[in-house]
This record gives sequence, structure tokens and C-alpha cells, in this order.
Amino acid sequence: MALTDEGPTRAPTGSPGAGPAIEVRGLRMRYGTNDVLKGVDLRADPGEVIVLLGPNGAGKTTTVEILEGFRMPSAGEVSVLGTDPATGNEAWRARLGVVLQSWRDHGNWRVRELLAHFAAHYTPYSTAARPRPRDVDGLLAEVGLAGHAGARIASLSGGQRRRLDVAIGIVGRPEVLFLDEPTAGFDPQARRDFHDLLHSMSDEEGTTILLTTHDLDEAEKLGDRILILAGGRIVAEGSAERLARQVGGGSEVRWTRAGQRFVHTAQDGTAFVRELLAQHGDEVADLEVKRASLEDAYMELVARHESGRADEAAAVLDGTEGIGR
Amino acid sequence: MKAMNLNGHILRRGLAEGRLALLASLRSRQEMFGTAVFVAAFIIGLSFVRDQTVDGTGVAAATASLPGVLGMAVVFVGVLSTAMVLATEREDGTLLRAKALPDGMAVYLVGKVVFAAALVLTTVALLVLPGLFLFDGLAAGLATGWPLLLGVLLLGMVASIPAGTVLGSMFDNPRLVNGIGMIPVMGLTMISGVFYPITALPGWVQAIAQAFPIYWIGLGLRSAVLPDSMLSAEIGESWRHLEMVGVLGAWSVAGLALAPWLLRRMARRVSGSNVEKARQKAMQRV
Repeated sequence: MALTDEGPTRAPTGSPGAGPAIEVRGLRMRYGTNDVLKGVDLRADPGEVIVLLGPNGAGKTTTVEILEGFRMPSAGEVSVLGTDPATGNEAWRARLGVVLQSWRDHGNWRVRELLAHFAAHYTPYSTAARPRPRDVDGLLAEVGLAGHAGARIASLSGGQRRRLDVAIGIVGRPEVLFLDEPTAGFDPQARRDFHDLLHSMSDEEGTTILLTTHDLDEAEKLGDRILILAGGRIVAEGSAERLARQVGGGSEVRWTRAGQRFVHTAQDGTAFVRELLAQHGDEVADLEVKRASLEDAYMELVARHESGRADEAAAVLDGTEGIGR
Repeated sequence: MKAMNLNGHILRRGLAEGRLALLASLRSRQEMFGTAVFVAAFIIGLSFVRDQTVDGTGVAAATASLPGVLGMAVVFVGVLSTAMVLATEREDGTLLRAKALPDGMAVYLVGKVVFAAALVLTTVALLVLPGLFLFDGLAAGLATGWPLLLGVLLLGMVASIPAGTVLGSMFDNPRLVNGIGMIPVMGLTMISGVFYPITALPGWVQAIAQAFPIYWIGLGLRSAVLPDSMLSAEIGESWRHLEMVGVLGAWSVAGLALAPWLLRRMARRVSGSNVEKARQKAMQRV
């Protein structure tokens, strides 16, 4: 059957300067007459955390599945760890981690049993720089499932099951990790633990992480760079702060004067405050300046896209690097 | 690392996968219940004819019928259960997980074959063991015929398990596999000499039955446990071992030739969006 003849290669681990971990140019995906992706460009350097944001149906999952090698693109150049996912062999596969959504698979297996069995798949692909797999019991403890090692998977709660999905995705100590909406159904504590885990993977092991989410707060916390995908294109790209500054239309300034509250939205918050203080001086109290949030930027971009002005949405961000047009 | 070692690794993981899947299945009340009902129904059914003998031979009717039931069990488990498991696991995401692991698909397939073989042998053992005590002449027949019995079982599994993977890879919907697969297998069971001698049926029906494995596995198993005095009920009054090997061998070759191609095609098509779509559909049904 699909047995490969290639022995595992001792590939270089993702060190800076080894070229991008993920590189995509002009990616297109068409189902019948429907263009889901209309020319996506993206790039992730080793150790970078990239967040793909976008409304439902924007093509996030399709993009991730192409990168994982689960789906063949209609056109474009794709390279993950220097290999086209369409032709990636098992040694290449061993360097990736994929966090899938579990549903009812392996319901009668026990938690540790399944994780240990999956972990053993990676043994032939261990290298000195990246010992594979990770220690199973340590990992179970890290994702908070040590107390459920002997439990039937079907008996886990939704959140516990999701944590097992994450453990399965990272048990091979991946160089590139893909996560499609990983924290749906997490409680706040589990979410924070999960974020810490991802941070330590990217910081300590140089893991490149690409995740999709609907959660803007999560995107802001995790992403070194955020890409907003709408209508099959990357319409904006940058850090959360940069996106907010570019799109959000300045800052919101609040203050009170003579017992009255004021709110003003200014394109340049600093200049406005300087003027405000010069004019009213000591009368101004309770001064608050809030930069437009990522959420404002996101809503604005998606709204522009959905009103059919996607090009305009992208045009607003001209001047930022790598806008997919 | 040499390719040999890697294939050894795949084989070891596949064996582990099969063993763990069997353990998991033993934990599943639903699956255990299904097997228990199947086995109990036949043991009880055969017990009703325990005291009867086949006319003019002195062979217990239950003993004469058991090989046909075993042949049917091999095909039910080998073809239908295998097909069901494949179709179900494609839908529920099991296969997608395998695809995300290095050598995962190869390990998965080895595991499925191991699992199917273990399930066939378990079902056969559950039918034969009580039979040894309940049915006259079975123990005596097996005392000399067991190597032949094992040989026929092995050939029967090689003929049916790949056929099951072919069936399972062709249909997306596990409920469809059950519906579409069950009818022909039931029909073939009716005409394959499981419940009454094939020689009692019209010639054209006999011809159809002889194109499929159920009849030949049953015949081979009868030759292993029954005395030659039973030959009068068989076509051409012969155990026809050569023909048996020929037909079962042809099914094996066809299955083994088609299975890798179809399984590869199936594996290529598995994606998270497919699984999600199936999940949404299943949620609506509930």
C-alpha cells in the first residue's frame, strides 16, 4: 500500500536564516465556478506566530488544508519547510503538527493509549536537535489531562477533548504547527494555559505556528502578525497595533470638564490632547485616550469587504507590506 | 535508517493499532452486543437440530451446518464489518488523524487488516468452541481436520478483507454501506448452501453462488470437519479443493489489486472540511 521507501531525512530544524517556514504565492482555489481563494500570498519565518482572521467562508480552513497537504490548490506556489505539500513525503509530514477537531473518533480508546500510540509514529523521525516524540506523560500533564490518562475518550468533556486534540498535534515536536480554531469551547483558564503552551513552543523550540480564529482577543495576544482574509484575499496584514492604527480611524479621547463628560474621536490622538490641554489646562480631568482596537479595525475591514469594496479595503492599507492584491 | 527498518516500524505500529482497536472494540457494549447476538442466534438455532442426523449418513445435522455458518461469518465480518469501519472512520475523522501522522495511513491500513482478522478469528472461535461440546462429531472432525480448517479460514480472510476495504472505500456514507452491502451478502448466504444443500437449488442459482466466496469457504470448511459420507450433498460429489483455491484466490488477487488504488484515492479525498460536513449532516439527523 502507501508504504514509502524513503528513510527519514535528517532535515535542518527551523533556524533563522534557513528561509521561510511557510511561503505561499498566488494561491488560488476554485470549487466548480466558485473562487474560494483568489490569489493569496503569505509568508511565515521560523518561530513566527501567524494568525489568520476572517469571517466564515473567507477561505481560512481551505488555506490551512492546502498547507497541510490535505487539499490540492487550483493554482499558485506553496512551500512548507521547503517542500510543496502536494508532494510532501512521510519525513516531511513528521515535521508538521496538525491540530484537528475531534468529533467521535477513537471514542472507546483510552486517553493515554491513543496519545502514546500516535507518539510512537514519530520515533523513526527523531533527530538530535528535535527529539521525537515528546514525553507522553509530561505532555498529558502540560495540557491538564494527567488525571484523565485512563479515561475513555468518549467520556471526556468538550474542553478536555480539545486539549487532547492539541496534545496529539504537538506530540511529534513539530517545526510547523497548524491549528484551525483551536480554542473553541475552552474555558478562560484552559485558554490561558493553551496560550502559554503555544508561546513556549514558539520561543523555546522555534516552532512556526499558523492558527485561525474568530477570537480577536486571542489573535492580538498570540499573533506576531495577523492576516485578515476576506473574499479569498489577504486584505490586511501586520501586528494588531499596526492594523488598528491603519484602519481604525485614530483614537478615542474621553475627558470631563466642569462636571460634564466628553468623547471625541480624533485621527491623531496626541495632537488633539495637546490642543485640548493648551486650551483648557487644569479644567480637564479624567483624561482617557484609547487607540482604536483590533476589533474596530477588523469590523471595519470586513464591513468594507462585505459591501463589495474589498479593493478599497486593501487600498486603505497601501503602504503596509505584503498586501495580497 | 534503512527502508527495511521503516517497514518494520510500520508493521509494529500496525500490529499495535490492531490490538488497541480490538481492545477498544471489546470496551464497546454496542459492538460486543452485536457479536454476542450473532453468535448466540446460530448456536441456539443449531442446538434445535442437535439430535437430528443428516439422512443416511449418521452425521449430526448441527455439525453438518456449522461450516456453512462459519463461511457466512467470515464474509460478514471480513467484508461488511471492514467496509463499515472504513466508511465510519472516514466520516468521523479517524482516517484524517491517520493522514496527519507520519506513515499514519500505512499503519492505519495494517491495523485494519489485523483488526479484521482478529475479529473473524474471534467470531469463529466463539462459534466453534461451544460447538465442540454441543454438536456430535465436530470434535472428532476437527481432531484431524484443523490444519485444513485454519488454511481455509486464512484464504477466506484474504479473499474477503480486501474486498471489504474496496466496498468501504467506494461509499461515503456508512449507513449506505450497511444498506447496500447487507442485501447481496444476505442473498448470497441464502443460495450458498449455508442453511440447506446447494444441490437442492436450480442450476443457474448454483452458478451464481459458485462465483462468490461464501459457498467456497463453507465447502472448504465442511471438507475439514465432515466425513466423506457427506459428499452426496455436494456438487459433483467432491470437495473440489482445487476449484476452491481457484475462486478464493481470484477474489484475493482482485481485492489486493484494487484495494491499494481505491484506498489511496479515498485517503487523498479525506479532509477536515469533509469531516466537518459529515458532522453537520449527522447532527441534523439526530
